[in-house]
Amino acid sequence: MAGFTGETATARLGRLLTMVPWLVNRQGIDLQQAADDLGVSTEQLEADLRLLFLCGYGQMPDELIEADWEEGRVFVGNADTIARPLRLGVDEAVTLIVGLRALREVPGLGERDAVDRALAKLEAAAGAAADPANRVRADLTDGASAQVLADARRAVATRRRVHLRYLVPARDEATERDVDPMRVVGIDGRWYLEGWCHRAEDTRLFRIDRIQELEVLEEDGTPPSQARERDLSEGTFRPAPDDLVVTLRLLPGAVWVADYYPVETVERVAAADGGGLLVRLRTPDTAWLRRLVLRLGGQGRVVEPEVVVDEVRAAADAALAGYGGHGGT
Amino acid sequence: MSSDPRPQPPSAAQVKTERLLNLVLVLLYARRPLSKAQIRTLVPQYGQSVSTEAFERMFERDKDELRELGIPLVTEDITATWDDEPGYRIHQREYALPDLHFEPDELAVLGLASRTWAQASLAGPAAQALRKLRAAGVERDGEALIGIEPRLRTTEAAFDAVKDAVLRRVPISFPYRRPDETDAVERHVQPWSLVSWRGRWYLNAHDTDRGAPRVFRLSRVCGPVRPSGRPGSFEVPAEHEPRLMVERADPPATSPSPAVLRVRSGAGHALRHRARTVGEVDDAWSLLDLDYHDLDGFAEELAGYGADVVVEQPAELATRVVERLRGALAAHGGGES
Repeated sequence: MAGFTGETATARLGRLLTMVPWLVNRQGIDLQQAADDLGVSTEQLEADLRLLFLCGYGQMPDELIEADWEEGRVFVGNADTIARPLRLGVDEAVTLIVGLRALREVPGLGERDAVDRALAKLEAAAGAAADPANRVRADLTDGASAQVLADARRAVATRRRVHLRYLVPARDEATERDVDPMRVVGIDGRWYLEGWCHRAEDTRLFRIDRIQELEVLEEDGTPPSQARERDLSEGTFRPAPDDLVVTLRLLPGAVWVADYYPVETVERVAAADGGGLLVRLRTPDTAWLRRLVLRLGGQGRVVEPEVVVDEVRAAADAALAGYGGHGGT
Repeated sequence: MSSDPRPQPPSAAQVKTERLLNLVLVLLYARRPLSKAQIRTLVPQYGQSVSTEAFERMFERDKDELRELGIPLVTEDITATWDDEPGYRIHQREYALPDLHFEPDELAVLGLASRTWAQASLAGPAAQALRKLRAAGVERDGEALIGIEPRLRTTEAAFDAVKDAVLRRVPISFPYRRPDETDAVERHVQPWSLVSWRGRWYLNAHDTDRGAPRVFRLSRVCGPVRPSGRPGSFEVPAEHEPRLMVERADPPATSPSPAVLRVRSGAGHALRHRARTVGEVDDAWSLLDLDYHDLDGFAEELAGYGADVVVEQPAELATRVVERLRGALAAHGGGES
């Protein structure tokens, strides 16, 4: 095996130069555990160890690296030359430094002192590699209340149920719910509390900045066994197969919609036909869509389905009645 | 990855990894600079190359690749015995990460900082960096940070190329599509910094065609990012502040203006939350006093509430809301037509 699919020889070398000191300091570690911690399969780890075994500062037996994993425990010896890890590369230093600086700004994070100490040591160790980190910056704050964020985290850590007063602006609803908190997660510039919602009898993500009140209750908040954390690698939106498919025509003034909402397909419309986009999206709920299209004020038009077109027309008509009818001045 | 147990002949990539690793070991172990001829003897994979020329070409490439990886391979003069031939070695003190000791709570925040990138294209380097810092010890994450998971994503296709250009200060060009334009325009820039703000990545740069600084949203880069100069060939102004520049590209907030809204009972929750005062008109309606900053932005928000919110004051706000509603009505086949 040549390594991960697509892993270059240089990338693999970089990985090996980190792996050797890691293993040297963990003699006798279980093969499976080592593979898990190193983020590779056991087959990959064995292939790596086989390769190490062939290398040395010379080719005499006593000059070669020793690697043994016969009993399911990994031993690496005669590797003094590379027993210390290679200093941090630019990408490596940048990820940790930018990550720590971002954490520093998270509202309600109680570990600011540890962040500062870690940052100081890291910057000193990274040397020149730390300099480019000044040119990358990640902001994890979203205006959410530091108090709510800190309370939510405390509830997760202490496994206590919380009572929420929660706002759903897209449907203009304010709801009261009891939730067993699972985690506090920040993604795509927003903080969320994920937990088992006793009202929905399902796991839900609650945007922290829409929690109007959070009360930590006395009750135990261990989520039921069927509660599963949602995979957020594709973002927070999760379309369902039975969601309604809606086609929207977005004129140039409304193309931002395609950036802000998860659209399934995007088609450009020629300038001669008014420009902008034709998009398709899935939604479980037409209420937010109706609100969106009213906001767009004619820059966005529902093409299909007809029932939503009718809903928007009726809603606009009713709203204009509040101003004395659409005839107006 | 196959789990085929049969021994297979080593692939070209495998042979190359062995060669590079042997080269690193030989150069780190050397007490004095080694000549090319010595290196060729000590690294068996070089010994197999057919000609001196082939070996030298291979060695040149390998040197570059090791340096690219951050390995400080240096060229030094070899004393007396060899004429003017250069020698090569890697100094352990330049190579190795300095000895570091982290407290458990420091390791915990470092772990969190690393996992912040777990769903980004930089997940590999972030995990690798943490492994290097932890190589010396067996400490596990502290329990202190359970339950909080910040995540940065890098869904923009241009992210990696732009990131490399920013880190290495390489001028680049790319096709860029503004939302109000149908056609993409090729932009030439000196990339200053990358900022993730409100969940999106932005590039701050000096636009060399326009001779002025510009902010680009990475998701609007709609084609290949091409280098147009050498690494380090421009300076980022010392006073450049990455986040401020992105924030300033947003329209500035104006001073607040007061509005009076009639809001249906049981509706307008977000507005009620922001209101200075809420008075009950009757069972069906409340009257809200609140401030707004951006006339058009606020009109847009209010239009979304449809018949549940009516603007009482000011007149200009009511006019904007009515305009939007009429636009929506006309677009969906209603109105006077």
